[in-house]
Amino acid sequence: MTGRFPLFSRLLHWAMAAMVLAMLFIGVAMAASLADYHRLIAIHRPLGILILVLAIVRLANRLIHRAPPLPPDMPRPLRRAAHASHVLLYVLMIALPLVGWAMLSAAGNPIVLVSGLHLPPILPHSDQLYALLRPLHAALAFLLFGTFLVHLGAAMMHALIFRDGVFQTMVSWRR
Amino acid sequence: MPNSSSPPSGTAARYSLNALGTPSALARLGIIGSVLLAVGIAFVWTAGWLSAGRLDQTRLIDTFEKVNGAHPGFRRNHPKGVCLVGWFDGNGAGVDLSRATVFRSARRPVFGRFSTVGPTPETADGPDVVRSMALSFTLADGEVWRTSMNDIPVFPVKDAQDFFDHLVALKPDPATGKPDPARVAAFLAAHPGSARAIALIKAAATSSGFANATYNSLNAFRLIDADGKATAVRWAMQPVDAFERSPIETPRGKNYLFEALQARLQQGPVEWHLMLIVGQPGDPTNDATMPWPADRERIDAGTLTVTAIESEAEGNCRDTEFDPLLLPSGIEPSDDPLLSARSAAYAVSFKRRAGERKTPSAVQIGDRQISEQGHP
Repeated sequence: MTGRFPLFSRLLHWAMAAMVLAMLFIGVAMAASLADYHRLIAIHRPLGILILVLAIVRLANRLIHRAPPLPPDMPRPLRRAAHASHVLLYVLMIALPLVGWAMLSAAGNPIVLVSGLHLPPILPHSDQLYALLRPLHAALAFLLFGTFLVHLGAAMMHALIFRDGVFQTMVSWRR
Repeated sequence: MPNSSSPPSGTAARYSLNALGTPSALARLGIIGSVLLAVGIAFVWTAGWLSAGRLDQTRLIDTFEKVNGAHPGFRRNHPKGVCLVGWFDGNGAGVDLSRATVFRSARRPVFGRFSTVGPTPETADGPDVVRSMALSFTLADGEVWRTSMNDIPVFPVKDAQDFFDHLVALKPDPATGKPDPARVAAFLAAHPGSARAIALIKAAATSSGFANATYNSLNAFRLIDADGKATAVRWAMQPVDAFERSPIETPRGKNYLFEALQARLQQGPVEWHLMLIVGQPGDPTNDATMPWPADRERIDAGTLTVTAIESEAEGNCRDTEFDPLLLPSGIEPSDDPLLSARSAAYAVSFKRRAGERKTPSAVQIGDRQISEQGHP
């Protein structure tokens, strides 16, 4: 039996947890800031694309290495909620950077990752599209933050209240 | 660890609400709630929602709308303008200072915008109105360089807070329709750097039109050469057309500056030299209110040719953000705090107007369609 996620999965999880959380905070800080706006957006763009790449790697990894089974006595609604929230996390980790990339494309702005390295546009220049995608990017970000809070809350419930071993499948540092 | 292979130690009981009935469980639940609350508060604080009075990008653009009135579909600053197209011929003189491909000997398509500084898209042109040139250079491999310049020697304020205070001080008094002189005087007294800059701006001779004006970057930038060495510069578009002072009396016609530019273009393309003004150690790069000494080396890096102007419409400069920090490799921001603030404010203006219904601009130039690719 595999009582834990494989080491690679755990590494991806924790690295991306740090990146996604940093990204959400950078995003809301950026959307208010004047003095630090440029510094923040200069991190936001390449980090977003890195998250997109890692999320795709992670999705492939997840399809290859199934997650350890949930405890058999875990009630069905909780299992469903666990499954749905994970699907939502994957969808958002891939959709948010894609919408960001599409949004910059629609703005007709270059998608600069670092100086001298940029991505091609994935949509035509259109302010109508931008007007849809820009608020969508923000809405998905708030949805991701909410989903993250649910995920964090559920992890702590498993660790401190249910004490059913689910938390340990991801936090174990052995091997 | 999950209990899939070992016999279920517990039952579904540990998932039931009854499991929360002990003081210890409630304490642990309290810990969970506190952690979630702390993360949520940190997020909301970072977003600035707990600091209502703070000057952020939203408040800055809200203030533009409050002072200038709402003009949906238009830029929140410089709302009156026309699109331009042309090209830029780099001459290679800038390559020693910067690895940016725009400085190589090559022709690049350019599109952009001429505009005036005024509160509304309908504001009448005047002899002293500030004119602006915004450009987007389409470089090789999909790189872009955007720059927006004004025909004033220095900028009136050094940072976003001063910009905001200045904007508020200039708010027209509803009784007179003009700024309250007492508030303007109070602003100048509190901002001696701005007072000096505004005196320089007033002392500078204004040109008679768009075609013979010099447009200055005002902010400093850093040029990065092939070895990574940085040089502080400001730049200017210096007209080939001879300078002529603005006539004292206001000529008739509320769009006379734009009409004169169109008449000039009908005689042939209008050209400017891109002058790189090389900073020396000690020249202020973080304060656009301060001029650099007049004897600084000026490198002619190439020629901008504007062939046509057109009314703003879908598909031309109208839907383009002339963010001064959309820079190609080889040009980097300086430590000037205005640059990041401009970038942020332009982004909010762009976000708002993108979703708004567009109405035709006040300035209508013929009906010829030009594309943002220009005509190289």
